[in-house]
Amino acid sequence: MTTTDQSKVVLKDIKDIASGVYKTILARQPPKVDMPLRALSNVKYDPKEGFFELLDQKKERTLTASTIKTFAQTLRMMSLSKELIKTNDIATKREAYYVSKNWGEARFNEQPESDAVMDDIEAMLMVNREQMGFIPEEKGGDVAGKLVVIDKDPDTGKEIKIDCTKMGTGAYSVPSSVEDLKFETNAEFILAIETAGMYQRLVKHAYWKKANCILISLGGVPTRACRRFIRKLSDEKKIPTYCFTDGDPYGWLNIYRTLKVGSGNAAHINKYFCVPNAKFFGITAQDIVQYKLPSHPLKDVDIKRVKDGMKNDPFVQHHKEWQKALNDLCAMKKRAEQQALAAHGLNFVISDYLPEKLSNPKSWLP
Amino acid sequence: MKIAQQSGDIAIELAKRQREIGVAEFFSRNRHLLGFDNKKKAILTTVKEAIDNSLDACEEADVLPELIVEIIEMGPDRYRVVIEDNGPGIVKEQIPNIFAKLLYGSKFHTFKMSRGQQGIGISASVMYGQLTTGRPARITSKIGSKKTAQYVELILDTQKNAPKIMKEEEIEWAKDHGTRVEIDLEATYTKGPQSVDEYLKQTAITNPHATIIYTNPKAEQIIFPRATDVLPAKPQAIKPHPAGVELGVLINMLQWSDSRTLQAFLTNEFSRVGGDTAKKICENARLLPTSRPKEMSREQAESLMNGIKATKLINPPTDCVSPIGAEALEKGLRKEVNAEFYSSVSRPPSVYRGNPFIIEAAIAYGGQQPGDTVASVLRFANRVPLLYQQGACAVSKSIIKTNWKPYGLSQSQGAIPVGPITILVHIASVWVPFTSESKEAIAHYPEIIKEIRLALQDCGRKLSMYINKKRRIATEGKKRSYIETYIPHVADALIELVELQKSDDAKIRELLAEILEKHRGKLEDIEFDPEANEEFDEEMSKIGKEQETEDGEELNDDD
Repeated sequence: MTTTDQSKVVLKDIKDIASGVYKTILARQPPKVDMPLRALSNVKYDPKEGFFELLDQKKERTLTASTIKTFAQTLRMMSLSKELIKTNDIATKREAYYVSKNWGEARFNEQPESDAVMDDIEAMLMVNREQMGFIPEEKGGDVAGKLVVIDKDPDTGKEIKIDCTKMGTGAYSVPSSVEDLKFETNAEFILAIETAGMYQRLVKHAYWKKANCILISLGGVPTRACRRFIRKLSDEKKIPTYCFTDGDPYGWLNIYRTLKVGSGNAAHINKYFCVPNAKFFGITAQDIVQYKLPSHPLKDVDIKRVKDGMKNDPFVQHHKEWQKALNDLCAMKKRAEQQALAAHGLNFVISDYLPEKLSNPKSWLP
Repeated sequence: MKIAQQSGDIAIELAKRQREIGVAEFFSRNRHLLGFDNKKKAILTTVKEAIDNSLDACEEADVLPELIVEIIEMGPDRYRVVIEDNGPGIVKEQIPNIFAKLLYGSKFHTFKMSRGQQGIGISASVMYGQLTTGRPARITSKIGSKKTAQYVELILDTQKNAPKIMKEEEIEWAKDHGTRVEIDLEATYTKGPQSVDEYLKQTAITNPHATIIYTNPKAEQIIFPRATDVLPAKPQAIKPHPAGVELGVLINMLQWSDSRTLQAFLTNEFSRVGGDTAKKICENARLLPTSRPKEMSREQAESLMNGIKATKLINPPTDCVSPIGAEALEKGLRKEVNAEFYSSVSRPPSVYRGNPFIIEAAIAYGGQQPGDTVASVLRFANRVPLLYQQGACAVSKSIIKTNWKPYGLSQSQGAIPVGPITILVHIASVWVPFTSESKEAIAHYPEIIKEIRLALQDCGRKLSMYINKKRRIATEGKKRSYIETYIPHVADALIELVELQKSDDAKIRELLAEILEKHRGKLEDIEFDPEANEEFDEEMSKIGKEQETEDGEELNDDD
């Protein structure tokens, strides 16, 4: 299905929902819209599917004091989306927020409110926001290595090839919409890296040349576009993805878990926006011991994150290995950053750590 | 020796001056005990005593009371008070004693609910009048349509506590029966919260069966018309209950009793004492049931008191107390206060020191009452308004001891609550325990305070239900108007989404408003409507709320 076809479907869905609301009003019944509850409590993890899948808990917006405002805002936002699709225009999330300033009492006070309503409509229609005409501001992530990205000139529509080996010490930046990109590569794997610092070191020393791989900087929790980019690349070119983060609960549960199976908040689009075949390289709890890495004590928020994960995260609950890893970390009361490997020499990560990891799949986590 | 001689002389000298102090003389010097502390209060006390007697007499005779009250200014600080009733009248022989002998009356010895109880009031007024103006009281009374009326001019001999007739004649009087009292006295007439006007108004509230025609010194006539033709249930006289008897009274009763044995004395003179109880009392008192009452010593009487205390007694009968009734009380309050909420209660009878009593209370909340002032309190004892000594009264103590905060009022520690509320309390009893003979404040008996508190809590609970309901409606109203704020946005968005005509806007809004009303229920309207209270009498309500017009000596001399 092309983007235009998808947009037509979205347009029809929006109109259908609105007509339903209108008919309910004509029948003198309280109008309402239902949408899936986007939360970890409303997802299940099936390793065969490989991502967090939405369950059927719904939330309702109708003529009650607690939901009337968001009800009006949801309809307003749907109307804005309809207008964008019809005029073949786009609005950034921030712009959508500013458009709402014309809605009188129904305006959003802060952007997170408008983002949430937008995500709700996505979930209701089971589409992604780009199909509704909304785009994010954030970058998708930096890429370097054995990869040629085939894009189109926005002006002429002519195909252009971007060679990611020819970025020097810079990088190719993942665009906010990646659906129409094509790839050429013979790389052996994709290495997704948490911190920009570690990414810079690997680019500087052209690690991708040595290891025949593609390097991608996640820059914290990966954006949807970044997740989608890696997924597309990995699926289409049948190459494995390895994830390299700090050795702490944030790196594991927020960055890696979101990359691999998606998040509770975006559960409605996880199917496309995650990389189920990703494997976790490190830093593991075992690494901290084995490489005698300099460490910091676990912070209270880290411990809380571990407890939450054990209790509420279906991904952790499914993988005994991750439960063990989290327990080990808690027992050690330590966390270690990627850059801690520099204690053994600045290029220890290139000369020793990564090659040893590559050659020892048993040290990976699922 | 010389000194001893001298001191002996002094003792003889002193003895010449030592003599019995007459009860009337005592009271004439301690007039504040009877409510004649100052000129302003004197006029109120005089009116009050006369009205008490008139209403009691009318009710006794099953006559719907019609009272004429006139206050005439005779000169500077000199007034004439005239009270005329349509009661049964007084026989010629009794007139002097009733009006000019202290502690003479029919009510002291019977245990029966009435306004007057000690037989002091009207005679004290006569005495005060003669002491301040030198003029006798003038009484006219007629006991039947076929009789002529008796006219008497009287003073009270303060040394002997006996009436002295100055003039006496038979005259023609157009009335069938009734009594008219005229007393001249030194006084100050004021308006305001402790005035005669206010007193008569409050009397009308708790005596809806009486008509009062009042002419004040400014020659303004105010008529408080009768609101009901039904006389209050006639209170029954009962014998005293042993638990309430005092030693002195007991000794007196023993002396005057006709019973020949102690057991017979106990069963004849007291209520709720049968043969078995009487024997039990004698046993506990270690006295023979066959002792002769007249021959009993003071010590034996004291043993008898202890025997009574040690014996378990049945409570006195309570049908002798006649309450106003919750409904009538509330009706009276509605006349006086235009409020948004009323509640009233008539408690079941209770007993203090052997005396049965009933507490009734009513409250009026909100409406036209100011919200930032202390609650106004109306106190009544046997239907008589109490205007003075509020601070010393058991009613005030009970109001203070009640926690009003849960009922939505603000209240400081140990204070009357603040808020838009009027609190009315009525005590009905065969013997209302006043703190003094001027009958201004009710004594602090724990049983009475407890009953008043229970009555107030009962009213308070209903009030808090009302206030909560009002709050709920306010919250619901707020929610609803919040929802309504967004109805236009829903309509606007739908017009864009479903591509309707701009003209459909009004229709969608109307439908949404209709759906909202249907699904949230009709919003109950409890906004205060000043016209809703049909009982409210605006003219009457103003009485007593004026600033004092004359130079009142003390506005609130005791509060």
